[in-house]
Amino acid sequence: MSAIIHGAGAATALSTFNSKKLVARSRTNLPGRSKRCIVAAGSDDGSKSFGSSSLSLRHSHKLIANNAVATKADTSATTGHELLLFEALQEGLEEEMDRDPHVCVMGEDVGHYGGSYKVTKGLADKFGDLRVLDTPICENAFTGMGIGAAMTDLRPVIEGMNMGFLLLAFNQISNNCGMLHYTSGGQFTIPVVIRGPGGVGRQLGAEHSQRLESYFQSIPGIQMVACSTPYNAKGLMKAAIRSENPVILFEHVLLYNLKEKIPDEEYICNLEEAEMVRPGEHITILTYSRMRYHVMQAAKTLVNKGYDPEVIDIRSLKPFDLYTIGNSVKKTHRVLIVEECMRTGGIGASLTAAINENFHDYLDAPVMCLSSQDVPTPYAGTLEEWTVVQPAQIVTAVEQLCQ
Amino acid sequence: MATSFSATLPLHGSQENRLLLPPIRLAPPPPSFLGSTRSLTVPSSRRLYHAHAARRSPVVGVQEVVKEKKVTNSLLITKEEGLVLYEDMILGRSFEDMCAQMYYRGKMFGFVHLYNGQEAVSTGFIKLLTQSDSVVSTYRDHVHALSKGVSARAVMSELFGKVTGCCRGQGGSMHMFSKEHNMLGGFAFIGEGIPVATGAAFTSKYKREVLKQDCDDVTVAFFGDGTCNNGQFYECLNMAALYKLPIIFVVENNLWAIGMSHLRSTSDPEIWKKGPAFGMPGVHVDGMDVLKVREVAKEAVTRARRGEGPTLVECETYRFRGHSLADPDELRDAAEKAKYAARDPITALKKYLVENKLASEGELKTIEKKIDELVEEAVEFADASPQPGRSQLLENVFADPKGFGIGPDGRYRCEDPKFTEGTAQV
Repeated sequence: MSAIIHGAGAATALSTFNSKKLVARSRTNLPGRSKRCIVAAGSDDGSKSFGSSSLSLRHSHKLIANNAVATKADTSATTGHELLLFEALQEGLEEEMDRDPHVCVMGEDVGHYGGSYKVTKGLADKFGDLRVLDTPICENAFTGMGIGAAMTDLRPVIEGMNMGFLLLAFNQISNNCGMLHYTSGGQFTIPVVIRGPGGVGRQLGAEHSQRLESYFQSIPGIQMVACSTPYNAKGLMKAAIRSENPVILFEHVLLYNLKEKIPDEEYICNLEEAEMVRPGEHITILTYSRMRYHVMQAAKTLVNKGYDPEVIDIRSLKPFDLYTIGNSVKKTHRVLIVEECMRTGGIGASLTAAINENFHDYLDAPVMCLSSQDVPTPYAGTLEEWTVVQPAQIVTAVEQLCQ
Repeated sequence: MATSFSATLPLHGSQENRLLLPPIRLAPPPPSFLGSTRSLTVPSSRRLYHAHAARRSPVVGVQEVVKEKKVTNSLLITKEEGLVLYEDMILGRSFEDMCAQMYYRGKMFGFVHLYNGQEAVSTGFIKLLTQSDSVVSTYRDHVHALSKGVSARAVMSELFGKVTGCCRGQGGSMHMFSKEHNMLGGFAFIGEGIPVATGAAFTSKYKREVLKQDCDDVTVAFFGDGTCNNGQFYECLNMAALYKLPIIFVVENNLWAIGMSHLRSTSDPEIWKKGPAFGMPGVHVDGMDVLKVREVAKEAVTRARRGEGPTLVECETYRFRGHSLADPDELRDAAEKAKYAARDPITALKKYLVENKLASEGELKTIEKKIDELVEEAVEFADASPQPGRSQLLENVFADPKGFGIGPDGRYRCEDPKFTEGTAQV
């Protein structure tokens, strides 16, 4: 069964998945659009093959990212190297640390332990204990320390061992990170990157399964991005480090072992742009992080049923890329948002408001938003599955919207 | 802990430090409620304790230092230094008095916290620093900014909310920043500046050890007694001692956190003791005496520059005014206020300078007049300065304004002309 899906998926994906080529073309055609993204030159063939094969194979494994999937279709790609998402993050971080000696890392167990998800593995040996600082367990203070260091010319990357722990650093993130550039009249910049794994994992319990993007989204002065593939993980990590703004990079606990072939050449991903995953005609599905994979799995089913969904990974949670999203809405006239965030006050809620405000005239149906239930994530596997949006629900929602 | 106040130790100290009540003879169990009407008992014997704690560190009791100097017949300061200290304290006092006047005349609004009475701490520490050293403060930050070198004009304009303010009018009383003078703020929530100060000290160490630069910059973090019950304080004491950061934690213990007496809120009111618990020296000093503060500061700053790590300095001081200009200040005992008013740091320094023939009354009067004119001029400048225009609304939210994102038309929002006008919806 999985092989059939693979075949069908690969066929459709190969034919429609010119996403990187499409986007690259559309980017250059737009007037007044600053080209911040350096996309690797040979991306066409490489992206097609790694995109389709790895996506479909991921689906066949039911998105259990603990098993690293080998992509056999990569024989067609001639350049690039294959790695797991956490390795991509590490690569991006290491390249930036090599490039600029002011870049440093601080967090719990980032040094000798190599990071609880191995994102900083080997970096302490290479760069030393001060550049890859093992902090005591004091999120508020070491986040503030990172901010103070950023104000005085360093560029720290602060790791929250789990994004949920950053609730303890809320004082520093909201008051200092977001505000000091403004309240100092522009005198001090805070080029920090705050990153860590969040999201609902496998029975990690309520406190370790939080989605902090909804809490942070109102803080003025910060940017938030969420990575979902090794390609954009590395690209976003590098862009975030180079940005003069404070950036919060959301990773997902279940996506660290995704495998993909990424370019050998240096590239960064634009922090403010969304990613076209699958162009389509009938409906726009907006998603980010792990839900991208639930959506793509649902997309397989939908394609078999004759629908043509356009899937966009919004990537930039704050600010929203209203251009990519708007173009899509203008084309399909129907929007479904699929997210892992809570229903109340989540990213989806803000996105719904933004779309209604800006593109109301182009909608043929109300914007539908599928979010996680407003419950603390239960431990029990069955209950946990029901708090999060599953592909079957996505299929139903699309069918409903497209009536 | 309570029993460390042993009554068997001899009491030293000059008359002015004698208390209204005899020292507490604490017998277990200690009283569970310390009302605000109780004076803080500061047995001078306590000053010997930091010699105790200081056994592990080279910081010597101030009294010993002062005694020593007197014995060798040399003064603690030269004439030039004395005049600099005097001018700085007069500037602080005059400026704050003017702030009060301006506030009641409706030139500034919101929360304004004045520093009257605490000038010795700011002057004592900051006048030892170089321009590249950093200072981090709290909402009671006007005088720290002035001592660090921010012009009175810039601070007054900021308070008036004018464009010419040090933060373009965007920060206000509680957010005095200066990149040029390395004044790292001005923070409204207590305790949130301490980690920032720790970060600045971290950068100093990083520059030395990773970037191999010649950097011995120190950071001084000022905060109050109320902050010393806050988690961020302890977290930073730990990290500073652990990483041996060049930072000095200065507690301006003025005994009151708005209306909460330090004794009512703290299990062990002796804050200097918390330093040794984290592995750094803890020093207690009379914060109403600028020369004593300066001596302790010299030692702490030298320690930090040499790479020996942080110091915790508790300055016993007092604010002559209420917590803020909105505080009716009804809880504090009149006798307590009078006691500290008699220890006005400016009067004390004046007396010292004149008695030791370092300056004449005339010279000091000249300084006072000069400062009066400076402050007046600052007010005039602030008055004449323009208020921020609409176009300033969206500036400085992001260092890179691309952070506002891409609008529906495909352009970055910051490229929208309405953005620079301040009328864009972001």
